[in-house]
Amino acid sequence: MSEATRAEVCVVACADAWRDAGEILISPFGAVPAVGARLARATFAPELLLSDGEAMIAAGVWPYGEKPPVIEGWIPFRAIFDLVFGGRRHVMMMPSQIDRYGNTNISSIGADYRRPDVQLLGSRGAPGNTVNHPTSYWLPRHSARAFVPRVDFVSGVGYDSAAAAGPAAERFHDLRRVVTNLAVLDFGGPERSMRLVSVHPGVTRAEVEAATGFELAGEAEPPESRAPSEEELRLIREVIDPRGARESEVPA
Amino acid sequence: MAPRYDNPAEKQMSEDEVVAELRSGMTIGIGGWGSRRKPMSLVRAILRSELTDLTLVSYGGPDVGLLCAAGKVKTLVYGFVSLDTIPLDPHFRAAREAGRITSVEYDEGMVYLGLLAAATRVSFLPTRSGLGSDVVKHNPQLRTVASPYDGEELLAMPALRLDAALVHLNRADASGNAQFLGPDLYFDDLFCQAAERAYVSCERIVPTVELAREAHPATLRIHRGMVRGVIEAPRGAHFTSCVPDYERDEAFQRAYVEAARDPERWAAFEERYLSGDETAYQAAVAAFGAAQEAPA
Repeated sequence: MSEATRAEVCVVACADAWRDAGEILISPFGAVPAVGARLARATFAPELLLSDGEAMIAAGVWPYGEKPPVIEGWIPFRAIFDLVFGGRRHVMMMPSQIDRYGNTNISSIGADYRRPDVQLLGSRGAPGNTVNHPTSYWLPRHSARAFVPRVDFVSGVGYDSAAAAGPAAERFHDLRRVVTNLAVLDFGGPERSMRLVSVHPGVTRAEVEAATGFELAGEAEPPESRAPSEEELRLIREVIDPRGARESEVPA
Repeated sequence: MAPRYDNPAEKQMSEDEVVAELRSGMTIGIGGWGSRRKPMSLVRAILRSELTDLTLVSYGGPDVGLLCAAGKVKTLVYGFVSLDTIPLDPHFRAAREAGRITSVEYDEGMVYLGLLAAATRVSFLPTRSGLGSDVVKHNPQLRTVASPYDGEELLAMPALRLDAALVHLNRADASGNAQFLGPDLYFDDLFCQAAERAYVSCERIVPTVELAREAHPATLRIHRGMVRGVIEAPRGAHFTSCVPDYERDEAFQRAYVEAARDPERWAAFEERYLSGDETAYQAAVAAFGAAQEAPA
């Protein structure tokens, strides 16, 4: 196998978010997290539950962009919400903005909420996801536009916001990791602030800092992100993403 | 007179008859999800009407975009507005960015609980969802409530009571028993139960006896006790999906989005597709489809 691409490093970084997650529903947004979730289940986490992106729970391993071969359950949106409230889920969302304490924004950009500069999707399930079950984030373009000192709208609840809202918000609040095209981060810094955990091969800490609009905790010389194994590369390239959707999301 | 096993009460109506029962200023819930199984022929009938100042409750898709573009919306109650394969609806964006609509933004699970509260006649349901987010900051009417059992302070999601609900299903009988044949009912039954009056459009009205013959009775989640009017609307969800009857018309949705980004092109789109009645719309769509298939 040729050397892993940046996108493939990102895939295993996402997959590792679900190591030891248990028999829970994984909801990945974006191609790289979706490929990562299927990779995790095909290798070290066979217990994970995966949906087909609509209302079915799918068994087995199947190529990205195709229909799964085996249905093992039915999970319409109402059942998803019940599952969110029950906490047996880990979502990886794609925010437009994220800040130092893990607040994320998919709602709107601008200072005046009544008349935003840019209207986005709306909060979707981000407020509920973040206070009910583990949440991770995927940002395919790590930049200071996305990594901001303070998000314009708190859709996904960060550690400082959860603390300010009180015990009911904090009880099940659990932000796990942030994977980007440059690095893996978590919230192990002072006061649960964002920390640089590892940089992808070829990336320096200085590059990550230049693309981040706030101070990052973590080692001065962070380790390199894990490289995919030969078997993982084979599964990604031949079985899970033969059309290369990951490479369009993270160009080499 | 022969006994009428099939139709205890005949409720068949036209889209325009439904709209004649609606009033400006009403709160209207629209079923479906994003750009999936939206009651678009009823939305188009509202576009043709004099109705205005509406409050919409929706898991929003092009229903929201079209009604915003036509100036029908005063307040939007929503968790998101999206066209699925195209993330953002340009008309919704433009309405928000111009400050033309009041935004009542909730987490999508909170919308579910608000509908459930209305359907079950309680004024709120407690939830963790929303706590700590700016959904609370921008909805100053929201209150928290302490559990009488363990004291935990939760958000009290208020009931989303609807004056009317509009939903589109695959099949129905003439008395309002309705059936979804796709993968997800979404929240259409709750929209109906949260409303004073629920109107169900469907691809095809069939004799009652055919409903349970065509699919498992679990697909019959909307029954006539919830429904005031039934509208037969073949391709009534167009251009949103209505599987298994039809997929989303992606080419037409792209044409909608491209037109919606530019006022001049939007005027032409309106003239071509929205200036006539539903029959004229479907004919114009058929012509669009034929042009797509013709060799360049």
